[in-house]
Amino acid sequence: MYDFAYHRPDNLDDAANILKINPEATVLAGGMTLIPTLKLRLANPSDVVDLSAIDSLNVLSVAGEKVSVGAMTTHSDVSTSKELMETIPGLSRLAKGIGDPHVRHRGTIGGSVANNDPAADYPAAVLALNASVNTISRTINADEFFTGQFATVLEEHEIITSIDFPIPRRSAYEKFSNPASRYAIVGVMVADTEAGVRVAVTGAGPSVFRVAKMEEALSNDFSADAIAGITLSADDLNSDIHASSEYRAHLVSVMAMRAVNSALTQ
Amino acid sequence: MPTVSLTINGKKVVADVEGRTLLVQLLREGQRLTGTHVGCDTSQCGACVVHVNGKAVKSCTMLALQADDSEVETIESIANEGELHPMQAAFKEHHGLQCGFCTPGMVMAAIDMVNRIPNLDEETVRHELEGNFCRCTGYHNIVQAILAGSKAMQS
Ligand SMILES: Cc1cc2nc3c(=O)[nH]c(=O)nc-3n(C[C@H](O)[C@H](O)[C@H](O)COP(=O)(O)OP(=O)(O)OC[C@H]3O[C@@H](n4cnc5c(N)ncnc54)[C@H](O)[C@@H]3O)c2cc1C
Ligand code: FES
Ligand code: FES
Repeated sequence: MYDFAYHRPDNLDDAANILKINPEATVLAGGMTLIPTLKLRLANPSDVVDLSAIDSLNVLSVAGEKVSVGAMTTHSDVSTSKELMETIPGLSRLAKGIGDPHVRHRGTIGGSVANNDPAADYPAAVLALNASVNTISRTINADEFFTGQFATVLEEHEIITSIDFPIPRRSAYEKFSNPASRYAIVGVMVADTEAGVRVAVTGAGPSVFRVAKMEEALSNDFSADAIAGITLSADDLNSDIHASSEYRAHLVSVMAMRAVNSALTQ
Repeated sequence: MPTVSLTINGKKVVADVEGRTLLVQLLREGQRLTGTHVGCDTSQCGACVVHVNGKAVKSCTMLALQADDSEVETIESIANEGELHPMQAAFKEHHGLQCGFCTPGMVMAAIDMVNRIPNLDEETVRHELEGNFCRCTGYHNIVQAILAGSKAMQS
């Protein structure tokens, strides 16, 4: 690892200032992606700005029809939050399936969403639940947020502060995990929301995406049978040593049906 | 050079570190607490698991400076005046180790597991071990040890 200057500001203004003065600085949340990246010398920041002392980023609250999850909320806190289990159990179950207990103790929702790993779990929840991503300067709708592999609309140094999830009527996430890393080979989140039924797929393509045909079918009939005949073309899907694109296309249908069934039994 | 100040196994420690110094380096190289192991360096194997503020974390994937002001517990702290911790005793009794390389991380992960989940069953233990790799045992005896250690810790 190359050396860097480490900062742990206790408020957002100071964090933003350090980032402004140091163009080569980077933000550190749980470090579960960034530290392995630094160890491999794939990044060489001059400064690392740890957000963990900024208390306002570590708040989880239910207000009216939505749940607001602070960017620094760990996967473990999301998975054990009573408020979430009562309002969006699909989201707490998703968090419980990320990595392993030690990763969940450190990794955060903000880091996962900012990173937009093609095999990460949270992007599927953000997109399916029609969440909005709040940053230090604006609010971004889920449909606009994810732009490609490891890419989002976030500007350089734009800090995510929280993510607002409208409470759905029901939702569930099912993933076929890589048995070694636990990342999604294919993960599907299905949500029956105010904005209609939304189906988001992670792991299968370069970035999370929605499946309009399934959404339409489920809007008419929210049952696994309604989407039994819908398959994706393998053309644009990922193919690697873990799974071919044809296999991933097949898994999308299977995981989507499982997700509908588990949403119905929650 | 930045300074980190924390409590390690009940002892106040102040040390000069670099920004990039990992917690596991501070423990092993700075404090000579070599019970905590480094098995992979890619954040996957769990040989480096210690408790930070009561939670199991991979000390190879945390900067020493991130642990500033924290309470860190390592495998060296859990035996009580020469008497094994009930989880250590259970690993010994159930042959939960062969070469022993993964064992410090396994034991620290197991204690964290019991702290979070009071009524462990076999399936839960197997899932909870997803972040701890063992190249020797085939896991079976580790699972048995954790189930027994869990009972012993609660009795
Ligand atoms: C062994 C292992 C298994 C894993 N398995 C899974 C899995 O099954 N599913 C899954 O989804 N993930 C998995 N992960 C990844 C894990 O969920 C990470 O925690 C997550 O991807 C990144 O979150 P972090 O808080 O650790 O972010 P960091 O590593 O600290 O940061 C990641 C990136 O996001 C940026 N960033 C962080 N916070 C913010 C913010 N608030 N605003 C703007 N930018 C920010 C950082 O600058 C950096 O570029 C795994 C990781 C490991 C090590
Ligand atoms: S050495 Fe830390 S996870 Fe392997
Ligand atoms: S006992 Fe040898 S690695 Fe687990």
